[in-house]
Amino acid sequence: MVQYPQSHFDTSFGALSDPTRRGVLEQLGRADASISALAERFQMTLTGMKKHVGVLEQAGLVTTEKVGRVRTCRLGARGLEEEAEWIEKYRQLWSARFDELDNVVDELKRKERVDGRKKKK
Amino acid sequence: MDERRKSEATPTKNRTTLERKSDREVVVTRTVNAPARLVFEAWTKAELFRRWWVPKSYGQTLLSCEMDVRVGGQYRLVFPFENSTMEFFGTYVEVTPHSRLVWTNDEGDAGKTITTVTFEEKGGKTLLVVHDVYPSAEAVDTGSTGALPEALDQLDELLASL
Repeated sequence: MVQYPQSHFDTSFGALSDPTRRGVLEQLGRADASISALAERFQMTLTGMKKHVGVLEQAGLVTTEKVGRVRTCRLGARGLEEEAEWIEKYRQLWSARFDELDNVVDELKRKERVDGRKKKK
Repeated sequence: MDERRKSEATPTKNRTTLERKSDREVVVTRTVNAPARLVFEAWTKAELFRRWWVPKSYGQTLLSCEMDVRVGGQYRLVFPFENSTMEFFGTYVEVTPHSRLVWTNDEGDAGKTITTVTFEEKGGKTLLVVHDVYPSAEAVDTGSTGALPEALDQLDELLASL
């Protein structure tokens, strides 16, 4: 796994802290898109979308290229890795949750065994 | 592979899988080494549910947890958030003891998220499948069931410090 300097990590998580920006990354994961298409997709102004794309670009998650009058956005080299990371974080949350669930259920099992013994007496 | 697993001593943790089924769906699975009836109990009794839903390792506690687990019944979870609180709430749509729970999550502006949990018992173990359907692709990341945003932030910090 590639190690990024901490500051890069921070920029990247900052960029990912916004649901629209995460949505943009996801969208670009499927296909490249122009800023105006993204603005339309996320129902916001062109200026608003430009700002979001700017933040993503700074974090290295998105690259843009202007051809004629259209600026096309595509996923930066790190975009897909971030998606995988998001899934892994989400999975870890559930995993931690289920570890606690195991404890609760184990306790219920023990209690049931004890109660069962009591009933038999 | 399977045979090797059988011969292992059991008390190892089971694997949690998470899959993005589509841009609006996330599916999480895990096997619990207990009959469905006990697992279901841990999902439907507030005093049990609150003990595991927010993992201790995330350094968060629920301020309150109310669950009226019947069709049309409501739930409400309250978390401390910055200087205030954050609430998650919704309605139980389907309650089939020991096998299936469906609830909506209603606090978002962008529509309801629907969570379906199935409990499938096999050989004394229970396969849990948690299926979230979000109102939109954008809502997935901010959604209710998995993404306690503040908890994920803490995890971000943790990951960043590794």
